[in-house]
Amino acid sequence: MKAFSWTRLKAVFLKEFVQMRRDRLTFAMMIGIPVLQLFLFGYAINTDPRRLPTVVEMRETGVFERSFLAGLKNSTFFEIVATTTRAEEGDAMLRGGEAAFLIVIPEGFERRLVRGERPQILLAADASDPVASGGAVNAVQQIAERALARDMAGPLARLAPGAPPFEVVVHRRYNPAGETAYNIVPGLLGVILTMTLVLITSIALAREGERGTLETLLATPVRPVEVMLGKTTPYILVGAVQVLIVVALARWLFDVPFLGSPLLFTIAITLFLFTNLMLGYLISTIARSQMQAMQMTFFIFLPSILLSGFMFPFSAMPGWAQAIGEALPLTHFLRMVREIMLKGAGIGDVWNDLAPLALILAVLSTLALLRYRRTLD
Amino acid sequence: MTSDDLVIDVRGLTKSFGALTAVDHVDLAVPRGAIYGFLGPNGSGKTTTIRLVCGLLRPDAGEGRVLGFDVIRESEEIKVRVGYMTQRFSLYEDLSIRENLAFIARLYDLDDADARVAAALDDLGLSARADQLAGKLSGGWKQRLALAACMIHDPELLLLDEPTAGVDPKARREFWDQIRRFADRGVTTLVSTHYMDEAVQCDSIAYIAYGKKILDAPTAQIPDKVGLHAYRLRGARVAEAQAALERDPGVVFATRFGADLHVVGKDEAAIARLAKAAAERIGATAEPVDAGLEEAFIGLMSGAADNAAPGAPR
Repeated sequence: MKAFSWTRLKAVFLKEFVQMRRDRLTFAMMIGIPVLQLFLFGYAINTDPRRLPTVVEMRETGVFERSFLAGLKNSTFFEIVATTTRAEEGDAMLRGGEAAFLIVIPEGFERRLVRGERPQILLAADASDPVASGGAVNAVQQIAERALARDMAGPLARLAPGAPPFEVVVHRRYNPAGETAYNIVPGLLGVILTMTLVLITSIALAREGERGTLETLLATPVRPVEVMLGKTTPYILVGAVQVLIVVALARWLFDVPFLGSPLLFTIAITLFLFTNLMLGYLISTIARSQMQAMQMTFFIFLPSILLSGFMFPFSAMPGWAQAIGEALPLTHFLRMVREIMLKGAGIGDVWNDLAPLALILAVLSTLALLRYRRTLD
Repeated sequence: MTSDDLVIDVRGLTKSFGALTAVDHVDLAVPRGAIYGFLGPNGSGKTTTIRLVCGLLRPDAGEGRVLGFDVIRESEEIKVRVGYMTQRFSLYEDLSIRENLAFIARLYDLDDADARVAAALDDLGLSARADQLAGKLSGGWKQRLALAACMIHDPELLLLDEPTAGVDPKARREFWDQIRRFADRGVTTLVSTHYMDEAVQCDSIAYIAYGKKILDAPTAQIPDKVGLHAYRLRGARVAEAQAALERDPGVVFATRFGADLHVVGKDEAAIARLAKAAAERIGATAEPVDAGLEEAFIGLMSGAADNAAPGAPR
């Protein structure tokens, strides 16, 4: 009895491959999901929203008011949908969600401005969704200064704000325009691979068990390691197709840059593919039915999406959440893929994520081999 | 007979699932080349015993050798040399006949896998349908495929778990001819079944109920071992006598064989007296008949109704 046989491994691989090809629905799902998710996340999700509906409450229209409103409009953050003279109307629109911002310019603003009384403008934001209102709120101070600067000429020049004694220069590196898609699309690659590959391998053994074919398999001399590799490697191909789709669409539809080395990218991806497949396979050695396998897979999905840094910034999470995040393959992959694609990082830059991912893979495959039951007990 | 001639030589095999003892100290001694029948009510532990023998389950207690290998420590060696046909069709329904056979052949790491697949297809008359999906086959064809699959590596021992359940009589007949040909080549077979016409084809029979082996003997000796005597009542009103006879403590069972009523008991004189008395009451004739294998097994089973608990996990 050979401890390992290529023939047996090849047999399991080919069998799994043929079954995968025949299962049209699953196959279509594995190709369809990446495309669908990419469109949804890439186009529909934008954490830097523009043209937010704004209502302006004012009772007189002077030069300064007009300049200020024009400045708001030009910033593209605000879209003035209504102007009112009644305070209740503005409040109602904000409360009813018809407007995201209420700008109140008090009576006599221009007169008091000219007198140098530092009159106030109120910007009331619907901050129930901090992400949506954040960008606009941050921008408004600058808009106000710029908009009025032009009017503070001649005798009014004394009112113009003086320049600070130093200047802060900001470079938004790797994503100068702050495009959400730059961050989301590479992250999405990891999420898609996690979702589809963990799910598909998690049912690998449970399906054999439910169909009764596990008994045939166990009655033959096939070894646990042959079953494990034979059942997971066919999906490397599926993963590769998904990667190509996502990377191609990222380039053509969202203009996401690809600065790093394709070879390093391939290494990182391959390691991540295997890790996901092993994670799924480990679940399948534990789950007694396909239903159970899917439920367990969900327990992996939720932390992966929430704690990996895909949805929310990793650095903002409390220590215990970061600890969980560090144990998830997706966390390391996200950092690597963003660094490689957006920053052109080299192997030295991603090593501190490549190594932990390799460690996770080693632990998962060892556990899976130990968990594999060689009898029906 | 020395133990070297025994292909299966296990003693005290015991296996429990939770509170249920599915197999309770079962001994089996199956000589080389024999067709050994394995009978018993549903859930009596037949499947579990077969799985213990081929290493699919680990026994809680017991020891022994299969094909000269230790049944616990050397189960991998046993697997290579045993062909196991499961009760339920357990090949891949989404693979074709050829793909299924090729898969199994490669799992046994056979050098001439392709040639063996071709030969197996030919042998079993499956060549013409080789590319049909296994899931689309009828019961009889599935059974042929399963047999071909478990024979592909030329096993020395065949373990067949109710191989002909749900298969038509002609296919069953062909199936048994095939088993007999294997036996002639020296292949040993342990086969579980519920059919009497199959039981008589076996050289020896082990009968198991509630996980315990109750009887183990050459087929021809079974009726004598059970020691039953039968009378046949023939007449228009035999149905009226059945209920009273069944209640009589001297009667093991009274059952209809076609239009007749057979009364079966252990004590020859007592059963003759009871049968004749009953026949007289209803104007029927009472004749002694041979208590055959079927009477013997109904007699054994009437002591043990269907074992309610399922025999094995999954």
